[in-house]
Amino acid sequence: MIHLKAFLLDALESATTGGRRYHLWMGGLTLVMLIGAYGYWVQLRDGLEVTGMDDHVSWGLYISNFAFLVGLAAAAMLVVLPAYVLKDVDFGRAVLLAEGVAVSALLMCLAFVVVDLGNPLASWHLIPFIGILNWPQSLLAWDVVVLNGYLLINLAIPAYLLYSHYVGRQPDKRKYVPWIYVAVLWAVSIHLVTAFLFAGLPARPFWHNALLGPRFLASAFAAGPAFMILLLWFIRSQTEYPIEEGIFSKLAMITAVAAQVNLVMLASEVFTEFYFPTHHMLSAQYLFFGLEGHSALVPWIWTAVTLNVAATLVLTIHPLRRNPRWLMGACLVLFVAIWVEKGMGLVIPGFIPSPLGEIVEYSVTWVELAVTAGIWAMGLFVLTVLVRVALPIELGRVRSPHLERVAGD
Amino acid sequence: MSESREMTFEDVLEYVGRRESEAKLEAVTTTPSPRRPEGSCGSGSCGCAGEAPPEPQGELLEKQVDRRQALGMLFGAAAVTTQAASACSPASLVAEEEREAKLLEWQEYFKGNFQRMTRDEKDATIGRLERLAQLRQGVEVAIDSTEALPGVVYGYAFNISKCTGFRNCVDACIKENNLDRRTAAQYIRIFEMEGGEVDLDHGDATFQHEVPAEGHFYMGTQCFQCANPPCVEVCPVSATWQEPDGITVVDYDWCIGCRYCIAACPYWARRFNWSEPHVPAEELNPNQHYLGNRARKDGVVEKCTYCIQRTRQGRLPACAEACPTGARVFGNLLDPNSEIRWVLENKQVFRLKEELHTEPRFWYFMD
Repeated sequence: MIHLKAFLLDALESATTGGRRYHLWMGGLTLVMLIGAYGYWVQLRDGLEVTGMDDHVSWGLYISNFAFLVGLAAAAMLVVLPAYVLKDVDFGRAVLLAEGVAVSALLMCLAFVVVDLGNPLASWHLIPFIGILNWPQSLLAWDVVVLNGYLLINLAIPAYLLYSHYVGRQPDKRKYVPWIYVAVLWAVSIHLVTAFLFAGLPARPFWHNALLGPRFLASAFAAGPAFMILLLWFIRSQTEYPIEEGIFSKLAMITAVAAQVNLVMLASEVFTEFYFPTHHMLSAQYLFFGLEGHSALVPWIWTAVTLNVAATLVLTIHPLRRNPRWLMGACLVLFVAIWVEKGMGLVIPGFIPSPLGEIVEYSVTWVELAVTAGIWAMGLFVLTVLVRVALPIELGRVRSPHLERVAGD
Repeated sequence: MSESREMTFEDVLEYVGRRESEAKLEAVTTTPSPRRPEGSCGSGSCGCAGEAPPEPQGELLEKQVDRRQALGMLFGAAAVTTQAASACSPASLVAEEEREAKLLEWQEYFKGNFQRMTRDEKDATIGRLERLAQLRQGVEVAIDSTEALPGVVYGYAFNISKCTGFRNCVDACIKENNLDRRTAAQYIRIFEMEGGEVDLDHGDATFQHEVPAEGHFYMGTQCFQCANPPCVEVCPVSATWQEPDGITVVDYDWCIGCRYCIAACPYWARRFNWSEPHVPAEELNPNQHYLGNRARKDGVVEKCTYCIQRTRQGRLPACAEACPTGARVFGNLLDPNSEIRWVLENKQVFRLKEELHTEPRFWYFMD
């Protein structure tokens, strides 16, 4: 217990001390969070009417971000997989960071779902036994289970590792390695379940296809490692935390392959929709070319496709991928491209045209933008704190003050 | 207060429960106090404090103080005194009503899913909701909870040859079901179709011209009360379900507002309250059903229930009754002598999107 108190105090100190740039960063994030909180307050006061959603497009920017971030949370585990399952020691250092990314992304996911609820005060109805969780019928109930389970696992493993290092103990592999295997499988499941949430709806032909799940995975396994590359690069350039060169080439390889697979699937989807156009391809037509004069998403999707192809090309050409500057640029571009493609390009066209053939377009409002920015700021804030706490412990700089006494006894 | 301290928690609960049934009785036997216009009498310094309240209100007041005491005990608020019992100014009455409403709302928050309530729990929540309608909107409503009638499954048939697009059904539906007037929500949509093809994609539900238009026909949509409803399957909290008479209903107080059911419905039949719904008191239909046209709130889903508050009393849905052309046929599918059965047996009928296997209980036919 004495260690735990010191651990928490040291963690607090690590998170709250830093240079001017650190405080500026955290202050900026706090400001954005406050703007988001104001937006959410307006939404609570006036109802979801203040968003761009309506009975036609009944999910918008919030659920789009949710779908994307589930992928990010799942993909962080790709870094863990080689480290433990394939026993590739290079990755060991990055595991804690990957789990930090998973935790932050999951918190953002849960936040995006909560802000999307019309009656958030009733969310206790989801708790089994106290309320009613309609499991296994509802895929949303599945999502509640797998996301919260994944969050718990990803909180528990790093907490155990960090705490063990903090108190100068070697973590017991029998205690945590089995959970890492569970987490890796679970990572795949959270993303498949989220895809099935959409794919299980025959009412929406745009989502109702067997490729949706695999495509979710492929795009996530491209965007996730791309984000990890950027994060690890930043940490390596800003701190003394040793991250081996090899990790970048391996992650870049994973990103490149996943991005290629994602493009193949995109091509396959486009072919099926457009080779012999049917009634069911109207959403795709709306997305890529516009429908009856409505074309709000067309510039978005073509930007996303262009960026996606460009980034995949850079990642595919060996000399370019091995050049850090090109690699970082490609990762950033790919991340943004997949965010647009998965966000605006997946959720919204599913609602257009409506099941009765009506076309009502969607455009975001300032409230949605503010709340979305606020949640992203919250995620980055949490990630920064987690990294800030983890690094000194992993570098051996922060250790329990009670250690020496124990050792001296 | 010393006496009240000796009461156990269970005593308090029982006490509150008893008050509740009395309050319900009261709602039936006494005239409700009219809603006070804001700002005119709320401050207590308006000069009418000397007026003696009429007899029923006096009784009301006493009971409300009891209720408030119970609230105080529940929350452990030691500051509750009985002084207010002697106060008779309208201002304190307003404050009392505010407290009563708050308590009722607090109790409403913790209630369960209607489908799993006992008869007593159903009666209790209905009593609270009726009282809240008095306190908050100043309206007298009667909320029914009649269960599905045995041997009844409702079905609907729509005669495309007869509908002329008057939309009397839409208006009747809005009034009957207390639909939000501010956003002009509608359960029924009438599509104006070009003659020759039954493809809703080429229909127009927003027509504003004289009807029937030359060369067009009209097709109404609403919730088809599918026998295999995808919307029910997806609800994460079981806030929507199919009743034994085939009507798919929503427990508005159990819905969390995730809108998954809206995404799942192939017929675009569900509506969401994007803001606090509003119906002027004078236009409110006071004959309500818990699973039907009672007041909805901001952030929850609602839908057509074949006018459950009417049909379970043996009446026609408002849309069928309002139709001037006889295009709408409603009845019991299990009754071999019903008109709906006659239509199904003697006309060529079809349903929308049969390939989805949702099995709508809503058929289209032509003469």
